[in-house]
Amino acid sequence: MRDKILICIIIALINILIRWCVSLNDYSGAGKPPMFGDYEAQRHWSEITYNLPVKEWYKNSSQNDLMYWGLDYPPLTAYHSWVCGFFAHHINPEWVALNTSHGFESKGHKLFMRYSVILADVLVYFPAVYLFFNQLQSLKTSDKVKGMFMMLLYPGLILIDHGHFQYNCISLGLTLLAVVCLTGGRDLIGSILFCLALNYKQMELYHAFPFFSYLLGSCFASAKENGFLKLVKIGLVVIATFVACWYPYLSDIESAMQVLHRVFPIARGLYEDKVANIWCSLSVVIKIRQLLTVNQIVIMCLVTTFVAVLPSTINLLLKPSIDRFKLALINSSLAFFLFSFHVHEKSILIPALAVCLFIPERPMSSLWFLVISTFSMLPLLIKDGLLIAFVALMLIYVILYMSEFPMSATSSESWCLKLCRLVFYLSLTGALALTIAMVAVEPPPHLPDLFPVLISAFSCGHFVLFFLYYNYLQLSIGSIKPSVKEMEKEKVQYIPKESFKTGPQDISHLVRKKRI
Amino acid sequence: MLSKNFVPPASPLEKEVPIPMTSSIVPGSLCMSALLQTLDSSLSNIHFQYNGFLSGLLLLSITRIYQERNLEGAFWFAVLLNLKHIYLFVAPAYFVYLLRCYCFQSHADGRIRWDSFSPVRLISLGIIVLSVFAVSFGPFIHMGQLLQLLSRLFPVKRGLCHAYWAPNFWVLYNVADKAATVSASKFNLLAIESNRTAVMTGGLVQEYDHVVLPSITPFVTLVVTLLAITPSLFLLWSRPRGPASFVRALVLCAFGSFMFSWHVHEKAILLIILPLSLLMLYKKKDAQLFLVISTVGHYSLFPLLYRQQEIPIKVCLLLIYTLYIYAGLGKMFGFSWSWSSLPLLSQAESLYILGLVPLELYNSVIHSALGLSERLPFLPLLLTSFYCAVGVTYSWIKFYWLTFQEKPRKTEGKMQ
Repeated sequence: MRDKILICIIIALINILIRWCVSLNDYSGAGKPPMFGDYEAQRHWSEITYNLPVKEWYKNSSQNDLMYWGLDYPPLTAYHSWVCGFFAHHINPEWVALNTSHGFESKGHKLFMRYSVILADVLVYFPAVYLFFNQLQSLKTSDKVKGMFMMLLYPGLILIDHGHFQYNCISLGLTLLAVVCLTGGRDLIGSILFCLALNYKQMELYHAFPFFSYLLGSCFASAKENGFLKLVKIGLVVIATFVACWYPYLSDIESAMQVLHRVFPIARGLYEDKVANIWCSLSVVIKIRQLLTVNQIVIMCLVTTFVAVLPSTINLLLKPSIDRFKLALINSSLAFFLFSFHVHEKSILIPALAVCLFIPERPMSSLWFLVISTFSMLPLLIKDGLLIAFVALMLIYVILYMSEFPMSATSSESWCLKLCRLVFYLSLTGALALTIAMVAVEPPPHLPDLFPVLISAFSCGHFVLFFLYYNYLQLSIGSIKPSVKEMEKEKVQYIPKESFKTGPQDISHLVRKKRI
Repeated sequence: MLSKNFVPPASPLEKEVPIPMTSSIVPGSLCMSALLQTLDSSLSNIHFQYNGFLSGLLLLSITRIYQERNLEGAFWFAVLLNLKHIYLFVAPAYFVYLLRCYCFQSHADGRIRWDSFSPVRLISLGIIVLSVFAVSFGPFIHMGQLLQLLSRLFPVKRGLCHAYWAPNFWVLYNVADKAATVSASKFNLLAIESNRTAVMTGGLVQEYDHVVLPSITPFVTLVVTLLAITPSLFLLWSRPRGPASFVRALVLCAFGSFMFSWHVHEKAILLIILPLSLLMLYKKKDAQLFLVISTVGHYSLFPLLYRQQEIPIKVCLLLIYTLYIYAGLGKMFGFSWSWSSLPLLSQAESLYILGLVPLELYNSVIHSALGLSERLPFLPLLLTSFYCAVGVTYSWIKFYWLTFQEKPRKTEGKMQ
């Protein structure tokens, strides 16, 4: 027990260390006026929220130019920004001075911002990861610990939060806590936590369908308790949480609509930069944006996303179980990532969170997904000056992962698994080759975006296949043959354990033996 | 290359120790040494020095001695000496060991056989070492720059203590002097010229005169250092028990010169910790001592990494390393955590080690919060040096005591 706590502490410390080393790098938009990047956005939100009354936060005014990084996340982010602004103001008022602090950059301020992310990470995400793996009953302690380590070390999240600069760890951590609660049967607390996540970042909607259908399904599946009563309870709790978060904006319809309009910006375009989803990859062949109007595109996105989410949602609704729920989290968020409107490349972190939950059970496919998802953000990371951090973290991650979950071939495995392994290594090689090309090869002058487009198409292909794979896994739960299950488990091989007792005598004995 | 050649006593042990997956904290010696390097490497890579490379050469040289390839050991050490003369501190151990155990043979009971002297071996040693020196110094001698070179190497003008005080005996001496000065001036016992009470830790490399206690000259430190290392060399000469006793003498030399030399750099503590880590897996008492000196020694390097953004790095590295090594060595020698003391350590030692926590809190948070940064900018440095000097002095005396307590050769003879 003591050992386990100690190992968890050491794992946490290693993760803090690595996060801090990444945070010594530049953030997005460092020294790039006039717009800077996400770092400036977060600072600007602190400035706005700390200096203006709550009602003004989402409104365009002479004090609050929404064209300059206007607040476009739900109220919880705004409150968090206020807290950051409060401390920033008390440390150095210049950091959040209204209007005069635009584009403020200094070493001290960078330290402050980096500490604020680390703090959020350690307070929300770390405990969530610990609790999740701790309550998995089917796993050995060593697997739990390894899973915990590998989930915390996922390079994508570290690079985006501590390099690029965002607070994804909070919304993802809250979602993960909600998953923990649902797994433990505490549906009401889980609902509250997920609503909080949703109110921190609207992107958590990617996960909303599984939560919705799992909770709804479980209301009607259990014969013991009154399903309708439970539904009412959950509904009330959800409404209450939303009301609490949105309280300042609920006095009139107009301000609530203004927040909604800010949070769901239809006018922003189909996708941002080069993102590895269907629409961006299709744009190489078909110029959708020229064929259809914005409204038509939005409807097209809505319909395709809905169709893509449907199988896993209906399956979960009819047969609610935690295993299906966790797979549905991947399926739903991947469907949103691939098909929905205005997707950021960073949004891949949302499906990645759900994939991380399967690290100990399905080591190879999880690693595959996690590597490709981080790789899909490469152009963004290069833009932020995080190339060295990216390469270092990827190497550390893959090497550690492979040594924690050895993937060496066994003679008894089927040809199918052998093929999978071969494709896995091929795909990693492809990613490596594209990384080198992106960094070292000059693209032809008439195709300046050649490598970013190739990277997004390459990653998109992977994500589509992963989408099909995880859908297959979810839909075949229960009907799956036991042999296939075992096959999956065979991927992980354990070194046989030996009991270990060594006192001083044993040591001297060993020494003596060696010396002779 | 180094890891391949690095076959100190520990690595075969590693193979025989089954390492359970559940508690991967059990020390594999190589992991341990690798982790041990964490702070060293942060020192090398942030502070910027080539200590990793030099320490590798030192370990290579010690390994060659363990493998009884003494000539190679001497060669690598001579190279090392010409790369950084800080290793002159441990040169006496090499000299005595090679002379005693390579040029002479021993009786079965460990006494020296004077008739076994081999001039060939002595000459070959001499040729190897001198040729390395010739290559290194030759061009400068040829250009007539030797004296200038030596004056750069041995800067006696630089002051008793380095800019950041290395935690050694002279810190205790300085603090005693300061305390005496303060109390003397309080009770008007002594007429003190005001210009001599300048802040000692001015952060500048300078000479400094003591007020109450006699001032120290480079010659005095030389004599005291020699006095401090002589017993260890004598012991090595009279009762050599193979390479392990060589390493003990090496550590004692490093200790002695760290404690008493002129203008010691705090980085020199690595010269003690690194070889000592080779001994920690064998005896509980050595492991115990190693825990104290490595924690204190690594902590004493903190002032070198002084920038704000480096604080999380050094704290995390030290914590990871310390937790790992306490748990690992504790488990290895059958001790576990308890509320009263740290693994392996006595209560007093534990209290002392845990005292580093409030010290670091004071240094990095409370001191500036109290607004003392302006008035007493070097107080944290002084506190760190003094606190660590106590631990280092304690470890030095204890290690001397342990080395002299070692049982005579007969009982351990089977091990050879």
